[in-house]
Amino acid sequence: MTDETSETTIKRLLGPAEREILCDECFEKLDQYVELELNGSAADEKIPGMRPHLEGCPACHEEYEGLRELVRSGQSPPT
Amino acid sequence: MPLSASTTSAPLSAASDSDAWLDGLRAVGPVHDQAVECLHDLLLGAARVEVSRRRASLTYVRGEEFEDLAMQAADDALVAVLKKLDGFRGESRFTTWAYKFALLEAGVRVRRRAWQEREVILDSESWTQFAQQTPGPDADAEQAELLRTLSECIGDELTPHQRQVLVALAIDGVPIDVLAERLRTTRGALYKTLHDARRKLRTTLADRGFPVEAI
Repeated sequence: MTDETSETTIKRLLGPAEREILCDECFEKLDQYVELELNGSAADEKIPGMRPHLEGCPACHEEYEGLRELVRSGQSPPT
Repeated sequence: MPLSASTTSAPLSAASDSDAWLDGLRAVGPVHDQAVECLHDLLLGAARVEVSRRRASLTYVRGEEFEDLAMQAADDALVAVLKKLDGFRGESRFTTWAYKFALLEAGVRVRRRAWQEREVILDSESWTQFAQQTPGPDADAEQAELLRTLSECIGDELTPHQRQVLVALAIDGVPIDVLAERLRTTRGALYKTLHDARRKLRTTLADRGFPVEAI
């Protein structure tokens, strides 16, 4: 078990309080969510449950961060 | 409009870019072949960025292996994108939609590679120990009581499978893709189990008077 505070342990065990979508739906809508967010278009209202899922699922959150960075950079990645 | 990985990915302004990709990938002959090649270049670029971004978790991996990981991710992402092409509904740019397949494949590979030589202990008893954690300076008696009750609920309220998955993912920090591989299941199925276990814990704690809606 890693060294962490009691509060962090409790949050990891209980997950998000809000209703969340699950991994398959997250993947399906991730591209749309990231573009809505970067366009300032109320992504959380249009795709409810995404934000809590990203808080509760570290793997999906990593992919969200990667996609967001890639799209936000506005540049093609090096090939 | 001719396709190339460098011109179609940035800045991505319009549906016309997506249409050009779809037209090329749905064509036959040399046009199709060129579009597939461009798509592979695009996915490889995204996979390289992602593998590089996560380099810190792979400090002992040699340089050429990073390229292998990115190439494998791009190859598998290409297959997935072509297979699911009819599922693209135009709710984002085509390239944003395609990138996510490369990031998924790269992420899964990096997480599994990082844990390749580590043992995953299933049925770990670590859940019995966290209630004995020394509370932090801000922890109050209520939080200590919550931890004790949580530990009790994990033992009493969850099924053995729910307990195994919750402990591995939320306490022992095993990445979900690594656990999915060891248990021969999928990320989606494991997260559903984790989700159900968390709901059960929240419901039980709420029934016992803990203000879990604020956590």
